[in-house]
Amino acid sequence: MSNDLYQKIGGEAAVNAAVDVFYRRVLSDDRISDFFDDVDMERQAAKQKAFLTMAFGGPVHYTGADMRKGHAHLVARGLNDSHFDAVVECLVGALQELNVPAELIGEVGAVCETTRNDVLGK
Amino acid sequence: MTQLHFNEAVYQCEPGESVLDALTRQGVSIPSSCRNGVCQTCMMQSADANVPSAAQNGLKSTLQAQNYFLACVCRPTTDMDISLPDSSDRLLPATVTALRQLNDEVVCVGLDCPSLPDYRAGQFINVYRDTGFSRSYSLASVPSDPYLRLHVRRLPAGRMSNWVHDELKIGDSLHISAPVGACFYLPGAAQQPLLLIGTGSGLAPLMGILRDALNQQHAGAIHLYHGSRDAAGLYLVDELREMAAQHPHFHYTPCVSGGSASSIHQPGRAVDVALAAHPDLTGWRVYLCGNPDMVKSARKKAYLAKAAMNDIHADAFVRVAAANQ
Repeated sequence: MSNDLYQKIGGEAAVNAAVDVFYRRVLSDDRISDFFDDVDMERQAAKQKAFLTMAFGGPVHYTGADMRKGHAHLVARGLNDSHFDAVVECLVGALQELNVPAELIGEVGAVCETTRNDVLGK
Repeated sequence: MTQLHFNEAVYQCEPGESVLDALTRQGVSIPSSCRNGVCQTCMMQSADANVPSAAQNGLKSTLQAQNYFLACVCRPTTDMDISLPDSSDRLLPATVTALRQLNDEVVCVGLDCPSLPDYRAGQFINVYRDTGFSRSYSLASVPSDPYLRLHVRRLPAGRMSNWVHDELKIGDSLHISAPVGACFYLPGAAQQPLLLIGTGSGLAPLMGILRDALNQQHAGAIHLYHGSRDAAGLYLVDELREMAAQHPHFHYTPCVSGGSASSIHQPGRAVDVALAAHPDLTGWRVYLCGNPDMVKSARKKAYLAKAAMNDIHADAFVRVAAANQ
């Protein structure tokens, strides 16, 4: 199913189109920008690209353990459900801005949701 | 089967196997994360240009030009000589050939280095006072200049900068590293507008990049904003005005953050003055050099003003500089 999503949404080209729109929204969002405001912005942008590839059902496979390990330092800084929701909101907003059909946005949201507990270390 | 030369050893790479998998299989640990050519954690550098193009997908053009690649998606078709980024720190002997005071705080140091490898204007070197003590300085020269030029600003408690200002003499010998860094001009988009923002001695690499762009017939507009807290911190003002007079597409704006407007300069921080004049950076190429906090905030502002991430170039040693403060 998720590989279908990646094809339908437009694959790597869609990721490339969405990453700047998405990451600009995140950096402009006072609720979450601090978590993403890295000295190494390029590395951050590359991570966001990997995240979008995964959220679009593409060929990046992080295990639950990867997700927990990768976000543990943010959880220690207070990352919680409200921040997770805000990131998803930024992603939905970016995809709406890019005129992605609503049912595909729904599928992307569902992929994100499967990572919530691991990201938040629950 | 191809061979990988890495850290003075040879590793076998099976047909279709990635460099990352081949090294991992043979007990070499390379930092990696997504293993799909996206996150750029496993970036390595090849000594030659024989890098499969798929292994450079998504990398910034300046990194591609220096044969950087992503090990997780690099499936070699020929033998490769590879290293981790910036792992070479071979010391090269150099001689001081010129010292010129640019203002009260900044001295231009000329260095002759016969064994210098090819470099690009805007890259930086490490200068060694002795083998255990070095600082990074950007190059203000272009490769056709007869010697390397650095702009060394005296810092209040700067062990290196005070030594350079107070003790270094013409004819002295010291050691430098080979030039590294990905903040330089590349031809190929000659119409693209360029925005150069620097504070303090961050003007050094921008001088190199500016002269390189002009030498390579860059046709798009070039806007340089040089910022300082006070007017005394500006330098090369007359030279830059003269260059602007000679090249109608080059525009120079000195900025002073701690004072009011004058006929000489604009009031305000260089990044703010620049973005007020150019609020939409779609399609621009941006170079940022100087104070690490300025670079960090300007990078974010330029990105939010719609410059593409891969079109924003900044000093690579910002983190080192921040750690040394």
